[in-house]
Amino acid sequence: MSRLNESAVWEALEEIRDPEIPVLSIVELGVVRSVELEGDKASVELTPTFSACPAYQVMVSSVEAKLRDLGARQVEIRTILSPPWTTDWLSDEAREKLRRFGLAVPLRHHGELETAIESGAAACPHCGSFNTRQTNSFGCTPCRAIAFCSDCRQPFEQLKPV
Amino acid sequence: MTRTLDAELKTAMAARLLHMADDELILAHRDSEWTGHAPILEEDIAFANIAQDEMGHGLIWYEIRQSLTGEDPDRLVFFRKPAEFRNVQLVELPKGDWAFSMVRQWMFDTWESVHLEALEHSQFAPVADAARKIRREETYHLRHTRAWVRRLGLGTEESNRRMQAAVNELWPYRAQIAIVANEYERLVEERLMPDLDRLATVWGEGVQSELTNSNLALPESAPLRLTRDQHSRYFPALIEELQQVARLEAEARW
Repeated sequence: MSRLNESAVWEALEEIRDPEIPVLSIVELGVVRSVELEGDKASVELTPTFSACPAYQVMVSSVEAKLRDLGARQVEIRTILSPPWTTDWLSDEAREKLRRFGLAVPLRHHGELETAIESGAAACPHCGSFNTRQTNSFGCTPCRAIAFCSDCRQPFEQLKPV
Repeated sequence: MTRTLDAELKTAMAARLLHMADDELILAHRDSEWTGHAPILEEDIAFANIAQDEMGHGLIWYEIRQSLTGEDPDRLVFFRKPAEFRNVQLVELPKGDWAFSMVRQWMFDTWESVHLEALEHSQFAPVADAARKIRREETYHLRHTRAWVRRLGLGTEESNRRMQAAVNELWPYRAQIAIVANEYERLVEERLMPDLDRLATVWGEGVQSELTNSNLALPESAPLRLTRDQHSRYFPALIEELQQVARLEAEARW
């Protein structure tokens, strides 16, 4: 019997991690936008965090493999760009997981991107201080920036507000 | 809004998307030449990131084009002849010194901010959606390169001299970016693509005012009259390097 039902699919997708941020599933990250099932066909819409994210293709292949494991005979994965991915989508729970991973998440900016960038870094993941500044808006992946905490005097990484 | 394009509009749209994709790809390639060679570590990281972003943006345009023509982006990138590329010479000139690459990237970022804002209003949904996504990422490029133009323009005598030399060398190449084929007119009439002459004027004003703030000036020189099928003598070597690995084993699966 096919295990292809909506809750099983979402549960399976929860097991797929972003290879570059392994503390979050691609569902928590906001990459999975929709799931549609019709008989043995599964259609999934995904959206990349940043356009040039090299981990995105890995996520696409992982989703395809998972859906086939669940018994989907036909798999359709569509990449959508609208609405564009934003750090605002990260839930409080996801933010806490990222903080424990050492990655700060900017406050929700509700579309006021320039203001979010101007206002500087997020809370330091080590000591919680807001006395922080961004030292390089480019980091080890397209989605990260490098910041420094002036209180505990530690550098840290943050997700770029987008 | 989703519009279906008739055959003529499809051809014109595909041609224009190729311009946009090729511009991003070739600039990304030139930027990537700084990886491991930038003057300081932070800039090495920043320029590598900018290169990667531009490559990603190029892929988005190639993929939208693919939805119209069926042509595989990898085939276009790795197996076209130099003469078949449609990027502007501004992005293909050798990377030069740090000032040259910085001025070029900043000029292109300034163009993109004007262009992408207009593309967000395209009545062809895939283009408008992509523009909204890309523009957010470009915010970081422009902030970064603008800060460097200021810093180097207002910095030392040497940094100012090098920046001015870069501006003088690059600005004559500006006109090519707004050159389009006659078929493009219908895209503008149907509000699928913006009027590039108007955008080029806005771009020029933006460039001028930022240069003034940085103690730099636009040169008097007239724009070079080049079409998009004309490349510089440096271009074949760039393409040879870009395609070298793919061509070693054309049927390889990656």
